[in-house]
Amino acid sequence: MPSFNHLAIEDPANLIFGFSPRPLVTRRGLTLGGGIVYPEINFTLPTMFVNGETMPEVSRQYREMISGVLKRASELSVPGLVVEFETLPPMTENPDWGMEVTHILLDALHEADVKDGLKSVLRMTPNDTREMVRPPVMRSGKLWENMLELFERAGEAGAELLSIESVGGKEVNDEALQACDVAQVIFALCVMGVRDMRFLWTHIREIADRHHVHAAGDTACGFANTAMVLAEQRLIPRVFAAVVRSISAVRSLAAYEAGAVGPGKDCGYENVILKAITGFPMAMEGKTASCAHFSAVGNVAAAACDTWSNESVQNVRLLGGMAPTCSMEQLAYDVRLFNEAIADGPVAAGFLQRWLVRSDIGLDPQALVLAPESAVQIGREIVGAPNPYRAGVAAGLAAIDLIADAYKDKRLQIPEREVCWLDSIQSALYDLPEDETEFVDTMMDVVDRTTFRPSDYELN
Amino acid sequence: MDLSQLTEAIKTGNRKAAAQLTQEAIEAQTDPRSILDSMIVGMDDIGARFQRNEVFVPEMLIAARAMKESMFILEPLLIAAGIRPEFTAIIGTVQGDLHDIGKNLVSMMWKGANFNVVDLGTNVSPERFVEAAKEHNPQIIGLSALLTTTMPSMKSTIEQLRAAGLSTTKIIIGGAPITQEFATQIGADAFAPDAASAVEVARHLVGNKAA
Repeated sequence: MPSFNHLAIEDPANLIFGFSPRPLVTRRGLTLGGGIVYPEINFTLPTMFVNGETMPEVSRQYREMISGVLKRASELSVPGLVVEFETLPPMTENPDWGMEVTHILLDALHEADVKDGLKSVLRMTPNDTREMVRPPVMRSGKLWENMLELFERAGEAGAELLSIESVGGKEVNDEALQACDVAQVIFALCVMGVRDMRFLWTHIREIADRHHVHAAGDTACGFANTAMVLAEQRLIPRVFAAVVRSISAVRSLAAYEAGAVGPGKDCGYENVILKAITGFPMAMEGKTASCAHFSAVGNVAAAACDTWSNESVQNVRLLGGMAPTCSMEQLAYDVRLFNEAIADGPVAAGFLQRWLVRSDIGLDPQALVLAPESAVQIGREIVGAPNPYRAGVAAGLAAIDLIADAYKDKRLQIPEREVCWLDSIQSALYDLPEDETEFVDTMMDVVDRTTFRPSDYELN
Repeated sequence: MDLSQLTEAIKTGNRKAAAQLTQEAIEAQTDPRSILDSMIVGMDDIGARFQRNEVFVPEMLIAARAMKESMFILEPLLIAAGIRPEFTAIIGTVQGDLHDIGKNLVSMMWKGANFNVVDLGTNVSPERFVEAAKEHNPQIIGLSALLTTTMPSMKSTIEQLRAAGLSTTKIIIGGAPITQEFATQIGADAFAPDAASAVEVARHLVGNKAA
């Protein structure tokens, strides 16, 4: 099992789009992180039920979406394409339904290769349905078995990249975010989250190995993106969301420690930190994911991407065609720009990287912590820590330092009412014990133990 | 007894002070209703500041916790005096959806406004909503959804609530993909775009002049 105790990318200038020290080659010859940025598209159903009766319509919708997407991708001569199939919960609960759609997508990708020479790969992202019961049953039961069955069958059928938005630790994290309790955030992400990730990703990696496909990567979507959304709604301070983002890298890293090889899931904005640590290629999303949700990191998120994603878009009609087709077009033009900059050489690519970074980082602390310079600094703190718990504390403190320095130097705007939070978060982090066992014992008396099953997290 | 200090303690989330002032007010034979009202004023104030983007959720949470602690002390007197929350609300995230942060915030805000809130949790079936409505006889039912694919569950829940004869109960819906247009389309009584406005919307629906 790999462990990461030094950075794969030390120089922020090398933490750049299109290049990873450890690129990934797919069966059809895409080299992710090998000098080309590829578009990564995801799409979903319009508002409708998914059940046995509606499955014929579900399949029709997916056929329509993939055919429109592949046609537009070919017309615009994309250099290759990653298609993500992020299932809807009923499709993970009923693997036959999930596989019905998987086959539709795989057949379409094969046909596009044969007819148009369009090289592509399918990323398969079942839902983490373990949270369908409360408290979640994380390591056994029908939900767990069906989820693994879908991974297994999709890998066997030829979905080469296996991913998930896992939820281990979310039971505590939701409450922690609302209270802006950084100790509970660290407990959720770096104790519960890491333990669950190690268990889950060991299974996913074993499935990937069996079928000669790739355990790609995870995301802290349900954690740090929830914080980002709450901050956008002005429910919690943005500085807190930025700290949560930094800490979340510790949790997402556990997938790579268990054998994942990238590209990390698109909505894991912490992927830039993980790229610095692991050297694996990463999917990112930003401005072209505005069809799915708001973010304050639309440009900076692109600075180190290896695939560039739209997150997800519903199959609804727009003036330019169905939304997934339009989204494909936007991604195609985005990656043309990245790849033209790469073709012009490191100086040109460096200019684009800096513009992407500088256009965002003065306006929001969440953007600041994703700048390559910040990612390297936070990553260095993480790999230098003795365990995930201390790594979380170190990542949080590094984020606070970066934000406080930038604010003091007038390089970063922070609303007046948020400034006091810098001190309070920092104090809370300094107050945490050195010893992980002591921390866990303390937190087990603080958190609501009825919301999770301690044994699923190797806790008492 | 001057209860403004209690109001202030609730507003600032000072649990110790709130509990102590509540105890002192009780010992001074202050009318329990007045004590309760002074707490609600504090919660209303923090709610209004939240709506004006002057404070964040954590500040509201600590105010709510201070009120909860004081209520623990006050509640026996309120019950003895026959004073109960005037309105009952049931809330839950609809079937197929597990997102509950928005729902929890609304629940907290309604409790702060002295609604008796019955939280059914997440992934709540229409049948469970009907069962709970029959048991608690609420004036308000709140339905929450985050996923576009679970929005249809709101419609089926409303249909079953209406079919069960709960026609006078007001139904409020909310969640990221929800719009007023959708609320109208599926027969909800109101749409609340965020947690803070959910209090105003609920009060308006039940004709509470405090709105």
